[in-house]
Amino acid sequence: MTLADSLPSEAVRTQAHATDWREAIRLAGDGLVAGGATTDVYTQEMIDTVERLGPYIVIAPGFALAHSRPSPAVLRTGLSWVSLAEPVEFGSEHNDPVSVVVGLAATDHDGHIGMMAELAGAIGDDALFARLKQAETPEQLLEELRAAGSAGQDAAATPPEGETP
Amino acid sequence: MKIITVCGMGIGTSVLLKMNAEKALRGLGVDADVEAADIGTARGAARTAEIVLTSADLADEIGDVPAKVIVINNFTNAEEITTKLTEALS
Repeated sequence: MTLADSLPSEAVRTQAHATDWREAIRLAGDGLVAGGATTDVYTQEMIDTVERLGPYIVIAPGFALAHSRPSPAVLRTGLSWVSLAEPVEFGSEHNDPVSVVVGLAATDHDGHIGMMAELAGAIGDDALFARLKQAETPEQLLEELRAAGSAGQDAAATPPEGETP
Repeated sequence: MKIITVCGMGIGTSVLLKMNAEKALRGLGVDADVEAADIGTARGAARTAEIVLTSADLADEIGDVPAKVIVINNFTNAEEITTKLTEALS
């Protein structure tokens, strides 16, 4: 499953407004619910995770990967994407303030590896991440991801170790 | 050699870190077994690992283990991961 395929446009919010990190996660949770991946209960579980363990989900400058564990509130594996018009503080020493929150729901521990690899690539690519942050509409954002995804596939000419082409 | 990547739940950030650590290790030509773990199982897993990679917020939670605990600030930065792994391996 590619990144653009796992993000239905209902699950994407661009230039959204949040007053604090809880509201930012809530928007990501609303996106997961709108995309049919979770119920509202999961949104609260994602907030509880940060309450309990701290802002460890803020894993790159300006970027948070909101998630909780597989639970009955997860209907299927999926993602949501929220870009904020005004960044919010999560309390992360190195990576605050956050302007993109991706919501992740997973039904197991490794069914979403390909999707995560592509996400890591998108966030780690400074130029692409800047374009994603600036996207005004969900369609623009998905267009950028699709373009990056197909470029990535062309570049990945060598198959991973242990696999035959 | 065993390396574990640790996050709160074991499905999100640790998986991402595991993939980037594997890439860095391939670049360094180091043969290692990288496992993602949630904070609950990490303390046990860390007893048999040589290196633990995690975020600053969770490093203290790992507790007293023989493994080297390395804090990664930017999980998507290949350079930071490679540099810190090189230091830990030397």
